[in-house]
Amino acid sequence: MKELMLGNEAIARGAYEAGVTVATAYPGTPSTEITETISRYEEIYCEWAPNEKVALEVAAGAAVGGARAICAMKHVGLNVAADPLFTLSYTGINGGLVIVVADDPGMHSSQNEQDSRYYALAAKLPMLEPADAQECRDYILAAFALSEEFDTPVLVRLSTRVAHTRGVVETGERQAVPLRDYLKDIGKYVMMPAMARKRHEVVEERMARLVEAVNTGAYLPAGVRLNRVEAGDGKTAVISSGIAYQYAREVFGEVSYLKLGMVHPLPEKLLAGFTRDREKVYVIEEGGAFFETQIKALGIKVTGKEVLPATGELLPGLLREKIFGHSAGDNVEETKAGTGEAEVAIPPRPPVLCPGCPHRGVFYVLKKLGLTVMGDIGCYTLGALPPTGALDTCVCMGASIGMLHGMEKARGPEFAKKAVAVIGDSTFIHSGITGLVDLVYNKGHGTVIILDNNTTGMTGHQHHPGTGFDLRGEPTNRLDLVQVAKAVGVRRVQVIDPFALAELEKAVKEEVAAEEPSVIIARRPCVLLDRGKTRDLVRVDEEKCTFCRRCLAVGCPAVVVKRAPGEKKGRIVIDETLCTGCMLCVQLCPFGAIERVER
Amino acid sequence: MVAQENVYNIILAGVGGQGILFAARVLGTAALKKGFDVKVSEVHGMAQRGGSVVSYVRFGRQVFAPVVEKGCCDLLVAFEELEGLRWVDHLRAGGRVILNRQRIDPMPVISGKAEYPEEIPEIIRLQAGSGELVDLNALAIAEECGSLRTVNTVLLGLAARFLPVEEEVWLEALAEVAPARMLEMNRQAFLRGYRYPAPASQW
Repeated sequence: MKELMLGNEAIARGAYEAGVTVATAYPGTPSTEITETISRYEEIYCEWAPNEKVALEVAAGAAVGGARAICAMKHVGLNVAADPLFTLSYTGINGGLVIVVADDPGMHSSQNEQDSRYYALAAKLPMLEPADAQECRDYILAAFALSEEFDTPVLVRLSTRVAHTRGVVETGERQAVPLRDYLKDIGKYVMMPAMARKRHEVVEERMARLVEAVNTGAYLPAGVRLNRVEAGDGKTAVISSGIAYQYAREVFGEVSYLKLGMVHPLPEKLLAGFTRDREKVYVIEEGGAFFETQIKALGIKVTGKEVLPATGELLPGLLREKIFGHSAGDNVEETKAGTGEAEVAIPPRPPVLCPGCPHRGVFYVLKKLGLTVMGDIGCYTLGALPPTGALDTCVCMGASIGMLHGMEKARGPEFAKKAVAVIGDSTFIHSGITGLVDLVYNKGHGTVIILDNNTTGMTGHQHHPGTGFDLRGEPTNRLDLVQVAKAVGVRRVQVIDPFALAELEKAVKEEVAAEEPSVIIARRPCVLLDRGKTRDLVRVDEEKCTFCRRCLAVGCPAVVVKRAPGEKKGRIVIDETLCTGCMLCVQLCPFGAIERVER
Repeated sequence: MVAQENVYNIILAGVGGQGILFAARVLGTAALKKGFDVKVSEVHGMAQRGGSVVSYVRFGRQVFAPVVEKGCCDLLVAFEELEGLRWVDHLRAGGRVILNRQRIDPMPVISGKAEYPEEIPEIIRLQAGSGELVDLNALAIAEECGSLRTVNTVLLGLAARFLPVEEEVWLEALAEVAPARMLEMNRQAFLRGYRYPAPASQW
């Protein structure tokens, strides 16, 4: 049957057909839908783990225990999971283990655009890279076959444009894959130095066998080919993989292609044969010069990064420009010649905190108090943008707390009275707890504000250990953030409603002044989870409003400046279709000009 | 595009929450039913927090890239005026723009830091060159259909008449993608768009 599926849905479908019984993940764009889709297959146990390291360890346990297991994450998640990853390369598996890692070139929703292929090289693991939704499904089947044949975890790399593109997928039936026997084997699974040294030899030998097998296509499921040659004009040749291959097909037309489905290890013989007697060989890859460096090391002359960018997305228009020096469209000159894009300033439309977002009040207070704010990863990173502009840093999941502590150690305890860390509930559980342990253990004085909106917001509202529900929405044990903070050794813990600005401000002032570590839990559910609840809204009394614009300081999309043409002074208007009745602007107005109205 | 004739390149541009992904899915599903190869690119994550949202739909005998290059777009469906202006440079010569006459102010305009351009339909008409502009108040039609949220389906209906897929195939695709309890309202909205009095020329 043919269906239109997201790349991520096709990955899930592949896992289902491959007979997977255990799936684990921590949400992260652009990988989240993989595990959400898997959760619709009743045959597969699936869970959100608190972070990617734990997720991979759970999947590894399942694989060693004899099941086929899959673990999905975004590119930076693999940094978190790198510790088990490198040693799982040595232990190998029992039941198949596939790790899907979704890169985000162009950083649609990420803090960097690292190229995960280098993990395959460094950890000595095979890596496959599908180029469309059909290949997402097919390559997962291939990955499990390779995993079990070569006793190794297999990485599958996606990029945003593959993960989040719908394409046509031909599906199949679920394979019956029996649970393998588990046999204790300390030489294989206990990585003490003496055993690990032997296993490292096994890893090297395995990679050599893999190169051979992939040259010949042995061990792959029927109908699946990983490395594929497409004969063309013969003179020009292109070596590519994944989404970059699709762009190359678009731009180069009918030349010869070597499409690499396995991006590590590379098929050396195939590469030598394919490039022989060509006039020009291009290596078209997004991200680093991963293929190019290795292919040049084989003594093959290729053109790659000297003409292609090392940063951002390699979109077809850009590729065409770099290779052929012109664009595809026949209308580009015409549109430029029109009234001119240059003459009309097109205002940007940056993402913003939603109307009614519980984070908004926190950033207003932090900015008002002039604090240095160590930020973290989530919707609340948007607090860095105007008008709140409250964040000083955003590096990685959980970094806010450690960096706050480090700032204090560099600049002295008085600095801790002018600084806080802000971190979301899901992010705190992911990797903030150990930072808090460090801060307490090493006698810091920092104040940590946990923005507890009872969900993993940015990735689309996934449950986490603090919500009390599991991936499938079933009730489960609930992690208590107050108890966690206390158990770590924080004596000063306050829980505050972030819509109550005066109380919030008082709490922040008290805690930053305290000569010991403190935690403020700003607790209110994400407004998007609250949708459908009818609340009051607010209106502006034009008689009282002086247009002082203090209400604009919270940056709410529902608080709008209206100006008649030519008018200098504007008016403040509340967009009633957007207003959720959070009452923040009411609290900011010194003239009582914004009033609550019953809806 | 150069390498691929007979591929339809559609851009849906608007603001997070306007239902662009739904419209894109129906477009893709209908094209698949007609036996075309299809790619539909979506936007998730950060971009959905009130930011610009764009979805590309490409279908034809064989589709490689999931994105539409500048100067190659056959049909730009602008769910909002400013977003139409933002993407009009992607139109090919003789391409068509469907413009919903809705204005949603972005944050820099709301806070008075930037001006929302006036006369966007005129600018688009000029920039589209030999292309054709069809503008409509889809929000008003959606309201008549029973919900402002069907604005996406009204626009989809109007887009549909310019594409090589029959009415009954569109309605089948709509039935597959829309939730059952919303289907009747969506059918109404689709047909209002499909029958909107506009130039009837087809590609």
